[in-house]
Amino acid sequence: MEWETVIGLEVHTQLSTQSKLFSSASTAFGAEPNTQASIIDLGFPGVLPVLNREVVQMAIKLGLGINATITKKSIFARKNYFYPDLPKGYQISQYELPVVGKGFLDIILEDGSTKRIQITRAHLEEDAGKSLHEDFHGLSGIDLNRAGTPLLEIVSEPDMRSAKEAIAYLKALHSLVRYLEICDGNMQEGSFRCDANVSVRRKGDSKFGTRTELKNINSFRFIERAINFEVERQIALIESGGTVKQETRLYDPNKNETRTMRSKEEANDYRYFPDPDLLPLVITDEMIESVRSNLPELPQQKRQRFMDQYGLTAYDATVLVSSKPLADYFEIVVKESGNQPKLAANWIMGDLSAALNKDDIEITACHVSAKQLGKLIQRISDNTISGKIAKTIFETLWNKEGNDVDEIIEKQGLKQVTDTGAIEKLIDQILSDNADKVAEYRSGKDKLFGFFVGLAMKASGGKMNPQQLNEVLKKKLAG
Amino acid sequence: MNYKFITEFSNALHTKKISSVELTRYFLDRIKKFDKQLNSFITVCEDEALKEAKKADELLAKGQAHALTGIPIAHKDIFCTQGIKTSCGSKMLDNFISPYDATVVKKFKEAGTVLLGKTNMDEFAMGSSNENSFYGPVKNPWDLSVVPGGSSGGSAAAVAAHLAPAATGTDTGGSIRQPAGLCGITGIKPTYGRVSRYGMIAFASSLDQGGPFARSAADVALLLNAMSGFDEHDSTSVNKVVPDYSSTLDQPLNGLRIGLPKEYFGKGLDPEISKLIHEAVEEFKKLGATIHEINLPNTELSIPAYYVVAPAECSSNLARFDGVRYGYRCDNPKDLEDLYKRSRSEGFGSEVKRRIMIGTYALSAGYYDAYYLKAQKIRCLIRNDFVEAFKKVDIILGPTSPTTAFKIGEKVDDPVSMYLSDIYTIAVNLAGLPGISIPAGFVNKLPVGMQLIANYFEEGRLLNVAHRFQTVTDWHTKIPEGF
Repeated sequence: MEWETVIGLEVHTQLSTQSKLFSSASTAFGAEPNTQASIIDLGFPGVLPVLNREVVQMAIKLGLGINATITKKSIFARKNYFYPDLPKGYQISQYELPVVGKGFLDIILEDGSTKRIQITRAHLEEDAGKSLHEDFHGLSGIDLNRAGTPLLEIVSEPDMRSAKEAIAYLKALHSLVRYLEICDGNMQEGSFRCDANVSVRRKGDSKFGTRTELKNINSFRFIERAINFEVERQIALIESGGTVKQETRLYDPNKNETRTMRSKEEANDYRYFPDPDLLPLVITDEMIESVRSNLPELPQQKRQRFMDQYGLTAYDATVLVSSKPLADYFEIVVKESGNQPKLAANWIMGDLSAALNKDDIEITACHVSAKQLGKLIQRISDNTISGKIAKTIFETLWNKEGNDVDEIIEKQGLKQVTDTGAIEKLIDQILSDNADKVAEYRSGKDKLFGFFVGLAMKASGGKMNPQQLNEVLKKKLAG
Repeated sequence: MNYKFITEFSNALHTKKISSVELTRYFLDRIKKFDKQLNSFITVCEDEALKEAKKADELLAKGQAHALTGIPIAHKDIFCTQGIKTSCGSKMLDNFISPYDATVVKKFKEAGTVLLGKTNMDEFAMGSSNENSFYGPVKNPWDLSVVPGGSSGGSAAAVAAHLAPAATGTDTGGSIRQPAGLCGITGIKPTYGRVSRYGMIAFASSLDQGGPFARSAADVALLLNAMSGFDEHDSTSVNKVVPDYSSTLDQPLNGLRIGLPKEYFGKGLDPEISKLIHEAVEEFKKLGATIHEINLPNTELSIPAYYVVAPAECSSNLARFDGVRYGYRCDNPKDLEDLYKRSRSEGFGSEVKRRIMIGTYALSAGYYDAYYLKAQKIRCLIRNDFVEAFKKVDIILGPTSPTTAFKIGEKVDDPVSMYLSDIYTIAVNLAGLPGISIPAGFVNKLPVGMQLIANYFEEGRLLNVAHRFQTVTDWHTKIPEGF
């Protein structure tokens, strides 16, 4: 039996405002519990919400970033339910008329092809606080610092067909919100959270299967694992004669499994209705145009430009534009290298990325500057050094044992040998020392070519220009 | 004390005939003497009041006083007052000391008034008789066996009995105008958005509006000057210049078009009240007004619409009273559900619980369209009735209530009959219009209120019309016997 996976995602992005959605309390992360909750966040008797205008621009930005219609008059609604970390007994959200309507985001699949994911809507809402169930001896602690923090919830259509597609969509969205500077994207701190609606159906079926909602997943890796686990669970369930129940499930990263949180029967009737304390959010064409004219180059545009301008492959371009600092780094490297985009891309995605990963450093904190790397690449391209030597110079830079690329080359005598006379002399010596091997080569054992290259490189301390070496060697061996 | 009106007290304060401390002491003494009978106050702030009065006297001495500097006032216990218990008439908030002042309270402080105390009210402003208070019913000073009206019954009774020259109230379906009418004083519900709702504990957010009580329209104008205006803490307050309501009181009424809605004089109206209202109409004719019969055809839909919208909003507004952060919490809760259930069932009174249940039902999935949405559509029809009416007339005039004050206990077991006592006032809240109730005479020694309704933000016109009436009548000067 062939199965198809169907995934829709709800992403909660925390908007990077100074203050909360409806109060002036700070949104900074990590403060002592309940020190960043005003009487408004605490839901005191008589208090009223006032919309933080900063979020309006952010919502418009996102709307433009996903090619969506912006609702001219959106409505705040109350979502009513009781929970101790929800001080008012309702969450202010948007229900029937969200600020951002239908849009889409294009993702690049592994084979380089593009897939369009439709986005249903994005709406503004306030976050709840946190309930802490440990360390209180059987009681629960409530931290309301997060209560009232502005969120933009972005809801996709069930357009994704694998965990990999889901991750590609999430990464594209993650990249977009950071380009737009509306969300810091910090998944550990919960600034970018995802709920996944997952179902399976037999290939060819037009009807969707019953879905489950996976909650509480805070990294790309866990999302992928959670979805894959859930897909297998559902398939196994159906194949063994069972049926999937519509429910909310929690992912446990320690056990790598999902388990029931609440079933549909236990789901709340949220009794949504328009919040009478807030006026409709009115957005004019002028506001939209003013945001549009200040919009930065977005990842999709940048990717296309990198492909057109630098001749990069779709894959390389996708990787390089995934974060704006990385894309900016790349462009400086290209400039400093004397326009060597392919080398620049290879170096950034190869040695630099490996080093960053190994030492767990972000590109923004990278101590090898784009200028240094650009210079290094320039020295490769102008034949001052070989690629192999460049790797040792990069290590010197990475280990902070040197600063200036030219100085390192000079000091350590790493300059490439390009004098044809010297190269010929060295090769003549090697060939005469290994006359038997030369004879074998000439009798058809082509593979020995590498053996001679190795000897020559070794003899020159790796400094010989590989291209020249190849040419001269070929000529001499041909006799 | 020879004075009754704020205008007189203010004059005496400014001319140093009396000090604010003396005036404050006078009212505190009267509260002490008479409030055992009335139960109009939940909290009396004697020490704070005398301190504030002293401060007011200093300002008066320095010549830095406003019209209301040194004038004692009482706030309905729905307005949050920093450091002072704010109970909203409920056991739920019996232990609640507000950490902040409502905008209205702040504005009166800035105007220099002296806070005498917090007045009794129907729990969370839900009621028309002030019998739904955790602190017991309020008595009407005109007859201690009848109700003062509600929900701002304490404020109305206190002003009527001259225990305070001024008081604040809130009006969601008539809670200022009806008690003002039943207690024989003047009370105005301003246009929705005119007075900030910040710090006024919400009952039904789209209907609630604060306003003042006093003995005369001129006094109410002074109070409304102080409490009106845009508030950045209330998104529904309207950013519109507040005119000086005192300056237009004396404008002549020549050519004023007064409309009498047919629906306000039909079945259910006490004929004696109808007679008094028509006598008042004759006075207006003498003052130069012209009288027109008008129609407000959807009036009878206002009560069902109101009893969907108001409970729906209240069911959500009162969700925050959960025993978690402040207010009443049940003893030894077993678990979270037990904490919620018992705190709320022990902390709220029966009328509040009735409305929470009605509202929760009306908002439930599958019922929302039939109830809440339908009620909102009716609201539009009612608003349109008024829009049409105000094309023909400047002021709409009628009785405030269909009967005079009823006996305490008479309607407690019949909520629908109780709800019907607001038939003439509720539509005004649904439309968001301003309305005032002024005394128009007595039936069997009980006061009769006359309601005047004007177009949006025409409070100045309302007060002008009310004031002119009070210059040719003396109903508003009466003080109940024994007080």
